[in-house]
Parts: sequence; structure tokens; C-alpha cells
Amino acid sequence: MTETDKVASAATGPKTNYLRIFERFALILVWLLLIAGFSIAMPVSFFNWGNFSILFASYAPAALLALAIIVPLTAGDYDLSVGATLTVSSCLIGVLNAWYDVPIVACIIIAIGAGVFIGLFHSLFIVYFRIPSLVVTLGSTSLMTGIVQWMTNSSTIGGIDNALIMAVVGGRFLGVPYVFYYALIAMIVMWYIFDFTPLGRRLLFVGRGREVARLNGISVDKMRVGALITSAVVASIGGVMYAGILGSADPYSGLNYLLPAFAAAFLGSTTILPGRFNPLGAVVAVYFLGTGITGLTMLGIPLWVTNVFNGGALILAVTISQLTRGREVTDIG
Amino acid sequence: MTPPTLRLENISKSFQATRALDGVSIDVMPGEVHGLLGTNGSGKSTLIKVLAGFHAPDAGGRMQFNGQDVSLPLKPSDFRRLGMSFVHQNLGLVPSLTVLENLRLAQIALAAKGMINWRREKAAAHETLERYGVYIESWRRVDELSAVNRALLAIVRAFEEIREGSEITGKPGLVLLDEPTPFLPKEGVEKLFDLVRRIRAHGSSVIFISHDIEEVMQITDRVTVLRDGRVSGQIDTRDATHEKMVEMIIGRKLVRSADPQTLLTEKKPTFASIRGLQGHGIPPCDIDIGKGEILGMTGLIGSGYDKIPYLLFGATSADGGSIALPGAEPMAISAMTPKKAIKENFALLPGDRAEQSGVGSISIFENMLLPDIEKYFSHGFLSNRSMKKEAFRLGQEYEVRPNDPGLSLGALSGGNAQKVLIARWMMRQPMLLLLDEPTQGVDVGTRDNIFKALKLAASKGMSIVCASTDAEQLAEICDRVLVFARGRIVEEITGGDVSKDNITEACYGSVEAVENIIHPQASQKTQS
Repeated sequence: MTETDKVASAATGPKTNYLRIFERFALILVWLLLIAGFSIAMPVSFFNWGNFSILFASYAPAALLALAIIVPLTAGDYDLSVGATLTVSSCLIGVLNAWYDVPIVACIIIAIGAGVFIGLFHSLFIVYFRIPSLVVTLGSTSLMTGIVQWMTNSSTIGGIDNALIMAVVGGRFLGVPYVFYYALIAMIVMWYIFDFTPLGRRLLFVGRGREVARLNGISVDKMRVGALITSAVVASIGGVMYAGILGSADPYSGLNYLLPAFAAAFLGSTTILPGRFNPLGAVVAVYFLGTGITGLTMLGIPLWVTNVFNGGALILAVTISQLTRGREVTDIG
Repeated sequence: MTPPTLRLENISKSFQATRALDGVSIDVMPGEVHGLLGTNGSGKSTLIKVLAGFHAPDAGGRMQFNGQDVSLPLKPSDFRRLGMSFVHQNLGLVPSLTVLENLRLAQIALAAKGMINWRREKAAAHETLERYGVYIESWRRVDELSAVNRALLAIVRAFEEIREGSEITGKPGLVLLDEPTPFLPKEGVEKLFDLVRRIRAHGSSVIFISHDIEEVMQITDRVTVLRDGRVSGQIDTRDATHEKMVEMIIGRKLVRSADPQTLLTEKKPTFASIRGLQGHGIPPCDIDIGKGEILGMTGLIGSGYDKIPYLLFGATSADGGSIALPGAEPMAISAMTPKKAIKENFALLPGDRAEQSGVGSISIFENMLLPDIEKYFSHGFLSNRSMKKEAFRLGQEYEVRPNDPGLSLGALSGGNAQKVLIARWMMRQPMLLLLDEPTQGVDVGTRDNIFKALKLAASKGMSIVCASTDAEQLAEICDRVLVFARGRIVEEITGGDVSKDNITEACYGSVEAVENIIHPQASQKTQS
């Protein structure tokens, strides 16, 4: 019995490893192929550093949202409201700074404080009253969107303090605006927490087996609250960045980031560390999707294709991630 | 003479080397309530599964229903045609639907016409319930019903199913009740029996499965007892005594010790003194756990023995009670949480491996070292490499196969997964290890390894509580066994008396014993 086991594992072992390594980097490979494809089609307009630097900067808020989402997702909760949270944050900055002349630093602190409040609000219903997170955050999305419309009179607010704009997109490193590096810093911090601290492992157990986590002495409720607050805070930081990129506060367009961010979170869970939501994968996936949309737009495809692309990518990403995860459990033994 | 409703002839079932059923023959006559008794491992559950069409029996067996041959294994379509129905312990009701919907589910689902005539369905449901003397409002949701009414509803539904079948064939049907009573209060059991008697009056047969001999004596006409996969006896209930039945179940004469047992003994120095522990159906009870002692807890299903480990660990919350550890103030058990328990160096290995013990989609080493994960966090980094190394070492010690810590836990067989989870707690060298059915679904070789590890740990001073229904296993590892009935400790078996037979015997005597504890006067009256 053990003899055959050994033989079997010896025979399948290395083959699985190759597949594993390929799987880890498959998305990056596809991304490179996509870039190559668009570059061949548009050697001048697409394949230049200026284009990439815009791409990197403009998708930085989406990257932050994808990073925000994977925290509660790992803990087993959905946060659909990150797009609305981003909008609340950027509009708070617009309204307070441009209309009420509140100093920009104070505005940023208030915007992030609003993120903490939103996270606590979600926790109250999701963790304390045990309402499904999907319902709560879907509801709060509409709730926040309404508040933003009231706050801004449904208008775009210009005239945000130049200091913020300078800090976000004013300076460049290697030709890429700072905002991209802020997103990278967030990714590295989160990567560190997810992969190199006990906290990250506990979060994983909370998401995969609540009862197992509880019986191993993990404070499940506290972890979930922490994850929901983190998600809202990271999303509101995304809002600060968004206000800086636009130089104004737009009450509507922030919601458009939600779908690509979700698609990226799930697509990211099929790469780098397949089967787990992981920050590196999420950011790679954001830029993969961003590249696709940018390239298609430059090819002159009509606007509606963007929606089709985002929606299709989300469904496909979740499907692939599900297949990866399903295989994790059943296939190996 | 009318043929028996159900005739089983020479039914055998083997699982690889073990023969779970060995030439079992049973006749169930029309209008008979037929009891089926036997310990865990007697083949009782296998027989039920053969009847339910879940297992195909070995060749050579025969089944007749109302005198006609039926080919085995049974197909789902056979049950309705023949007029056979099962009520399993979980009852098979949909809790979020109403009584009416549950009762008429099959008819509604099978109705060919598009529209449901709710008024007609309601009238039909009402009429049905009334016919059986069951008074439940048909618009109530099933989860609002008491446990008794839920059981009654499930049984009524089962009888309705066979009644329709037997109207077509003109022959009596058969209902199998699998342990319907352990969670019911006494009055509830009476109601249930009234219902069974009504059904018997209709001419149908009932197979009644229970651990509770008193109940079997009360309701059945005839009893078949299984032991080690064979029929160890068949007897008319009116000729049987309690002692006779226990004798058939455990295979030897019942010898009752004359003097009442003291519940607390002080053979080993006490590690934990538990006083007044209560909650989840356990009335206040006192338990002392010795240092280095392996203390078994057992009883019939529903007796509450399996609640104790969870209450002590804070996994389910207790209503009251305290636990005193050496050199410390007594702690309130109601304030216990798993986190606190782990801090006190307690460990709990739950019986439900997939839901409560480990996460199948996460790797072996992470599952194994979860409670100790802080230890592998140094200089600001969690070291996967040293975790895997430690997990590999433990994997060798506990003979996990394949010993590849990077695999997900779900890739292992049940027994190997259990080794991983036992290693998780044993490596912490807990002061108190709480186990619930530690060897469920574990092969014999692994079982021996686990037992060896437990005994070794106990000899080094670990106190172990093991809740199990497996008398053989308890006899093998325990220094002392507490037997529960209706949440109370009714017997304590110590030292040389700890044997499979003594434990089984105490379990079957336990209901009687608890009656003596709860109503001492009443039982004295009946004795005099």
C-alpha cells in the first residue's frame, strides 16, 4: 500500500510542479502577449512609455480598490461598496476643500476617518446583526451614492488644493506619476501582512473555516470587523488619490472602478499564489485588464465594449478562480 | 396464513475483510411493531442502509415484500410502489416551509397540472393530521414547531406515503423509525407511541429502532437483536424482561453491583475539579479529572455525554459551573472561550473534522501549526520554511501519509487528516486534552497509533477526556468511564471494571438508573 503510494507520488510529483509554476505566471505571460499584440497593431501610439505611464497612473485607484476588496474576501465577506466609498472620500475632499476651505491635510484625515466610519457601519450589520455582507454593502453603495449626490448637488467640484494634485501626479519617478508607487507601497504592505505575518494566516482561516478558526482561539468577529474597516479605509485612500488625479471631485465616475477591481481580485487569485486572494496577483490583474481596455479604446472600439469587457472579465475571472480552488481540494491526493 | 409484510432471508454485507452483516433473517408481520436493537457496530446501521437501498447486500440474500420477491438493492422508485417509508433521525423536513408544504410536498411536486389549489391542499392536510390525532396548525413553519410535533409530522408524512401505496396494492405497508425518540421529552414519547399504535391499527407494520430498552418494551410486539452482524435473538416482547434484552444485546448475563457508586474518586491527584457544570441539557454536574488520567464519557444518543468537552473548552457556552485547576482560583465555565481555554493550555479535537477541526483547502502545515503560528514569526517574518520543516517532523512522528506538508489537508484520507489534527494539539502538550470521537472514520492501524500516543501523553501527566459511543475504544484507553443518561452521570466505571461489556451494560441500564435518581420515590413505589 505504502509502496504504491510512494511510486504514485514520485510519478506525479514533478509534473504537478511544472504545472504549478506555469500556473503562477500564466497571467503575467498572457499580459505580456497582450502588450505584444497591441504593440504590433499600434507600434507608435501604444508602444511608448508615455502611454504606459498614463496607464499605470490612471489605474492606480483601481489597484487600491482591488487591494481593498481582497481583505474582506479573504475573511469570507464581500465588500461591494468600495467604489462608493472611494467616491464619498474624493467628494468629501472636494466639498470640504473647494467649498468650505478646509485645509487639504485636514480634508484627507476626514476622508480616511469617513472610511473608518463606513467600515464600522458595515461591521455593525454584517458581524453584529449577521446580515449577509452582499446585502449590506449593496445597500450601502446606494446609500452612499445618494449622500454624495446631496453633498455635491450632483455636480463635479473643481478647484481642489494644488498641493494634493502635485503630491499625487505632480512628480514622476521613471516617468511614472507618484500615485502608481503609492499603490505599489500599499501592495507591498498588504503582501507582507498576508504572506509574512500570523495575522494574514489567521485571516485566511477565518474566511475558509469560521468554526475552525474560532476553536483555534482566533477572535473571528474582531478579524472580520478589522477586515471590513481595512477595506473601507484603503478604498477611501483610493478616493484621495482619485481626487488628486482628477484635480476635482466627480460624484459618478468612481463607481466604474468597482467591476474591474472585483474582476482583478478574482483573476488575481488565479496567479502568483493560485487559490488564494493575493495582493500581487490582484495588482497584476488590474493592470492586465487596464491594458486590455486601453488597447481596445486606442483601436477605436466603441464605448460600450468597455462595459462588455469588464463584465465578461469578472464572470470569467470568478469562474477561473473557482476552477483553480476546486482543483486545490480534490485533485492532488 | 398471511405472508409477512417484510421477509429478509440470509442478508449479508461485507466491507473488504469485515463482515458487517452475516446471514440476517427477519420477518415483520402485518400490523406488527417490530423492535430492532443492537450496539454500535452490531450491524444495525448497515441493515438499515441495505433496506434503504444505500448498500447492495452480498449475493445469496433474499427479500420478500407481502410475499413477493423484490430484487436487491432497492431502487428509489421501489419504496413508493411497495409502500415502504423511512423516518430517519434528522426527520427529513424542510424547516423553513410550513407544515402544509412539508406534508404535501410530494403530491405538490408530482402534480401534473400547473395550478396548486391551496384551499384543497389545506383541507387535505388538515384532514390527514386529524385522522392521526395530531393537532398542529398547518400554516405553521416547521422550525416553529416543538421537537415532538416535528417528529409527529415526519411520521404522519411517512405513513401517508405508505397508505397511498397500500391503497393501490391493497396490501399493508411498512414504516421504519430510526431512533425517533432520544431528543424528545417523556410526554412527547407518549404522543409518538399513540401515533404508532394508531398506525398499527390500520394494519401497517413498523420497524422501531431505539437504544432505549424501556421504550422498546413499551411499544413493540416483537424484537430482533443484532450482535456482531448476526441475529442474536428474536423474542416476543411480552415474554421479555429488561434483563433478558440487555443480555441479548451484550451477549452475557447482566450482573448489577449492589452498592451505589460514588461519583468522585481520588485515585490520581486531581487536575481539574469541575463543580456545577450545566448547560445544553446538562443539569448541574460535578466531575473531577485526575492528572494523567484518561477519562471516558459515554451514554446513549442524546444523553449529553458528548457536550462536556465542548462546554469545558468554551466552544459552546455553559449556563454555569466552575473549574478549578491546581494553584489557581476556580474559573467560571460560562465565561470560557476557546481563546481562554487555549491560554489555559486546554485542547479540543471536535468530532466534526471537516466543519470544526481543519480546513481542507488550506495546506497541511498551516492547519497543523495554526494555534502555534506566533512561534514561527521572528524578525518580522513568518517562516514558511521552518513551519514546513516542523510539520514534516510531526508528520513523520505521527506517520502522516503522504508526508508532504505543502499539500492541502483535503488531499489526505480521513485517518491521515485526523493524525495531522491530533499532532496539532499533542505537540503543544496540553494540560487537558478534550476529544470527541477521536477515531471516527479512522482505520484500525491509525487507531492503534493514536491510542499509543494518547497513553504515552497521559503517562507523562496529560489529562485526557474522551467522549465516545464506542465502548471498545473506551475500554482500551480509559482509566475511568462516566456513563450519562438524560444529561446526568449515572454510573462511574473504574479500574479493572472498565471493559467493553461493562460499559455497554451501563449504557443500557442507564435510563433506568437515571429514573431512580430523578424520581427516587416513584421507583421505590413500583419496587414495593
